Amino acid sequence: MTLDLSLLPDGGVNWLDASGDHSGIVLSTRVRLARNLEGFAFPGRARDGERLRILARVREAVEGSPHLRRNLLVRVDELGSEDRLLLHERHLISKELAGLDTQHPVRSGAAVFLGDGIGVMVNEEDHLRLQTLRSGFNLADAFADMQRIDEELGERIPFAFHEEFGFLTSCPTNTGTGLRASALIHLPGLVLTKEINKTLAGLQQIGFTYRGLYGEGSEVVGNFFQISNQTTLGRSEEEIIDKLLQVLSTVIAREEEARRVLLRDAGYIIEDKLWRAYGTLRYARSLTFDEAMNFLSGVRLAVGLKLITGLSVYTLNKLLIFSQAAHLSHAEGRLLSESEANLARARYVRQALAAEVGM
Amino acid sequence: MLCDSCKERDAVVQVTQVTDPPVRQLNLCEKCAAERGIETHVTMPKQPLADFIQAVQQKQLLAGSESWRCTFCNSTLRDFRNTSRLGCAYCYGAFEVKIRDLLRGVHGTSKHQGKRYHPPAQVVEEGASVATELRTRLRRAVEQEQFEEAAKLRDQLKVME
Repeated sequence: MTLDLSLLPDGGVNWLDASGDHSGIVLSTRVRLARNLEGFAFPGRARDGERLRILARVREAVEGSPHLRRNLLVRVDELGSEDRLLLHERHLISKELAGLDTQHPVRSGAAVFLGDGIGVMVNEEDHLRLQTLRSGFNLADAFADMQRIDEELGERIPFAFHEEFGFLTSCPTNTGTGLRASALIHLPGLVLTKEINKTLAGLQQIGFTYRGLYGEGSEVVGNFFQISNQTTLGRSEEEIIDKLLQVLSTVIAREEEARRVLLRDAGYIIEDKLWRAYGTLRYARSLTFDEAMNFLSGVRLAVGLKLITGLSVYTLNKLLIFSQAAHLSHAEGRLLSESEANLARARYVRQALAAEVGM
Repeated sequence: MLCDSCKERDAVVQVTQVTDPPVRQLNLCEKCAAERGIETHVTMPKQPLADFIQAVQQKQLLAGSESWRCTFCNSTLRDFRNTSRLGCAYCYGAFEVKIRDLLRGVHGTSKHQGKRYHPPAQVVEEGASVATELRTRLRRAVEQEQFEEAAKLRDQLKVME
């Protein structure tokens, strides 16, 4: 099976369009639910045949669901590793489903139903991982979309549910609501003013946590933090969403304040630093991924501070995704070595910036 | 570039002092930065959840119960300790006491406060339910290579037919 992302509206990256609230700071908002079917072992324990039957049951339910029936089924287990990495880089499937984790090679029956901002992963750590994705800071809509698809699937296939424990999941850290809501948020102001560790420690004290750009187990690059609830049991879904909304609003306000302080007290130093980042991206001939992420973080901050004008957040968002290794290989139509990818990345970034702001 | 403070080691961090004007830029080595309470990188705080699970799994959770077995998926509490994952939804019943303690430790409670859920009614042919159940178990036993169990189930099915 080959992957044809052109079948998806906007290649599945509508969430990059920077249309949501606070899109200069919040890249995207995501809600995910973990669900399992009654009567089957969890994917890690199930046999090949069993996982294929699970997929068949889910497919039937998806086809009957008004909000999911137009989603595109991608059999992840039939894709080559480059295409699986491409979907992962696009934030459409998790590392585990993509089989990129050495601990969890790709499983038979691993699949995803992709739609506009709505995805259903099958045979991940749990039978079902439902996710909704919105541009900018938009928890309310991401959660409303999620409630609809959870309802529509739950009335077609029986989910494993326990009166006391709630929805049952493979790892007890997800039991209960199975809900993890998060925002991918850019916090260079808090990093530069050295306030970040205090902010993150504060989050953890009140039951929230953070991860890197790709979720669980990933490193923080380019000052992007994925902030989410840590516990899933003991609070209702609405309480979890409300609390996260408050927490994120506070973090956004702190970031804005940090940016004001930077500009007020260290204006020319910051300005110099950010223009240097821009200059490097405009003219460098080779860029590693981490370098690109860090300079893009600087340029993003410069755009937020209105030091650089004429460059859209949408373009910067696209650069984050399309300058990754599998995307560069995909664009070139062949597998690139690391050094070739660094050259291709620098070229791609130069061209994208030149196209937007002129030569 | 040498550290502005000790003038000995290489500077690894550039610090912009904005607390006491005029604004100054300092280049510091890791040691001098640490002495000023400046971290040279964003530290990943420990994952309290993962640490907790690990501690629980290694100690009281499994004491004397490692060989407990779920009759549905055949996994044991030892498997859970090794993978941090349960084998199936029925494990929650099979290891209920232990799981309740674990959930309380991880989430502070074991009581779900969120959405209540009622699965859709399954269409079951009248009189066929016992045989269907036995066939499901037989299929599962074969898939899991539990051949003794499979033989027993096949005998029961033969009696019924």
